[in-house]
Amino acid sequence: MPEQLLFAMEVTLNGLMAGVMYSLVALGFVLIFKASGIFNYAQGVMALFAALTLVGIMDGQVPFSHLINAIFGTEVHNFGWHVPAFLAILLTMVVMVGFAWAVNRFVLRHLVNQEPIILFMATIGLAYFLEGFGDLMWGSDIKKLDVGLPQGINTAIDDVTFNLLGYGFFIDNLDIVATVIAIILVTLLVLFSQYTKQGRALRAVADDHQAALSVGISLNMIWVLVWSIAGFVALVAGIMWGAKSGVQFSLSLIALKALPVLMLGGFTSIPGAIVGGLIIGVGEKLFEFIVGPMVGGATENWFAYVLALLFLVFRPQGLFGEKIIERV
Amino acid sequence: MLDDTSDGYITTDGRRIGGVLMEMRNITLRFGGVVAIKDISFDIREGEIRAIIGPNGAGKSSMLNVISGFYHPQEGEVLFEGKPRPPMKPYQVARQGIARTFQNIALFNGMSVLDNVMTGRLTKMNAGLLAQGLWYGKAEREETENRIKAERVIDFLEIQHIRKTPVGRLPYGLKKRVELARALVAEPRLLLLDEPMAGMNVEEKEDMSRFILDVNDEFGTTIALIEHDMGVVMDLSDRVVVMDYGKKIGDGPPDEVRANQDVIDAYLGVAHD
Repeated sequence: MPEQLLFAMEVTLNGLMAGVMYSLVALGFVLIFKASGIFNYAQGVMALFAALTLVGIMDGQVPFSHLINAIFGTEVHNFGWHVPAFLAILLTMVVMVGFAWAVNRFVLRHLVNQEPIILFMATIGLAYFLEGFGDLMWGSDIKKLDVGLPQGINTAIDDVTFNLLGYGFFIDNLDIVATVIAIILVTLLVLFSQYTKQGRALRAVADDHQAALSVGISLNMIWVLVWSIAGFVALVAGIMWGAKSGVQFSLSLIALKALPVLMLGGFTSIPGAIVGGLIIGVGEKLFEFIVGPMVGGATENWFAYVLALLFLVFRPQGLFGEKIIERV
Repeated sequence: MLDDTSDGYITTDGRRIGGVLMEMRNITLRFGGVVAIKDISFDIREGEIRAIIGPNGAGKSSMLNVISGFYHPQEGEVLFEGKPRPPMKPYQVARQGIARTFQNIALFNGMSVLDNVMTGRLTKMNAGLLAQGLWYGKAEREETENRIKAERVIDFLEIQHIRKTPVGRLPYGLKKRVELARALVAEPRLLLLDEPMAGMNVEEKEDMSRFILDVNDEFGTTIALIEHDMGVVMDLSDRVVVMDYGKKIGDGPPDEVRANQDVIDAYLGVAHD
């Protein structure tokens, strides 16, 4: 096989795996949008906050240490212990559930029956609050996240492909792990939303608040549940992206990459988030590979957005989104 | 059974009406300076079709919203099954066994008719999350049972042919019927219907009346309904409360209410001579 074609295959594979990472972030958006019609601008910051909290707990950092030291003149920074990754992930999840509860108690509950745009504005506020809160709690320096996920080139694949094709594929171990985790996560979410009482209640709440109340669904319960799940997805995305490129402010910007994914897949579809992510992942890598050299490269920065723009023009509900039916 | 003071009565068509299921005692509801309901008392008896009628803006829907927990009255007491009911959220009221429909139809437009009806069974499901996800044990039995009940109600209300259709695509009259199905499948102790006939043509009204009577007859469901169309209500209900400007101006069997001078005045206007 010609080297060019093999290289294209490798690029495609890497694109698929990058796409999975985009899907992970997009999933969090879809969940909240499905259940409450809110586009949660804070999803990216939630991933950052989750990752910060995880690192903080693992390293035994004292939360709000700067604040405490400034007020009491003390010099505490560290508890001096290390929490194992598994336990730290559990504790972080507890924090995210607490966050979900607080969002519902202090923000959403006061905005029942408001226009979606108002709820959207509220999540923008939430994003800035959480960003500052995360800094205050854990400090703003760049942190390294190591929960023991394998990293670097997968030598097995490299060897096998080299022996078979005479060309070694470069596949990152972390990408493989991310793919497996994303598949498990999506399976669980689909099972949950399609086959459980809570899932059915969730779809009901998304559709009509008043009707949901009248069949005995507690809106508060559902919202805390949904934001907790979104928090969990944010945590998983935070771990993956954090392990890849460190825990720092730019982690919250992955939310921007999720936007075109959502426009492609449809805001209301879990499979859509997956397929949308894959298309964008592969698309931007292949586009860079084929067209990039002709236009001087750096197409990855804009490819996804242009694709999303095209979709907005020709198929605004996305690939899998529910078509908007309105009887007049 | 529920009330010692009275054992109910026999209707003109020979049905036995039981004791008091729900009692409203001196309910007053205000929105700021506007008094929507002024010191109204009445009861709903087991097995009966009870209508609340009145001109537009009389406070009928407010009254229904008080019963279903969407509004909380400033004064007065709501008694359910003989016990005073603390202020409850609408979903808690629903779990108590009071199902309702809405004047402007509140359905889940993105879901099929069957899924909509199935949501009416949500309060009856207790299996664990894991069991539900894996479709195992108790979850499977529950889901099967709920499905059977849902299909029965769907058959009963003659909406089998649209079972799989997304509700958003249905015409108005059928939507009203789906909403009734969703309320009915919860096997409510009390079924509240907010203007079930509003905006329907004569044929659809007749169909809906027949369904209401059949539901009451077949399942023995206690029904409280609101209408401003006098004609339909009089044929349908056992006892009628008449409201006007937030006050109760009549209460009793249809014939008695029809002869009531205050009621005639409210509906036809008073001649100022």
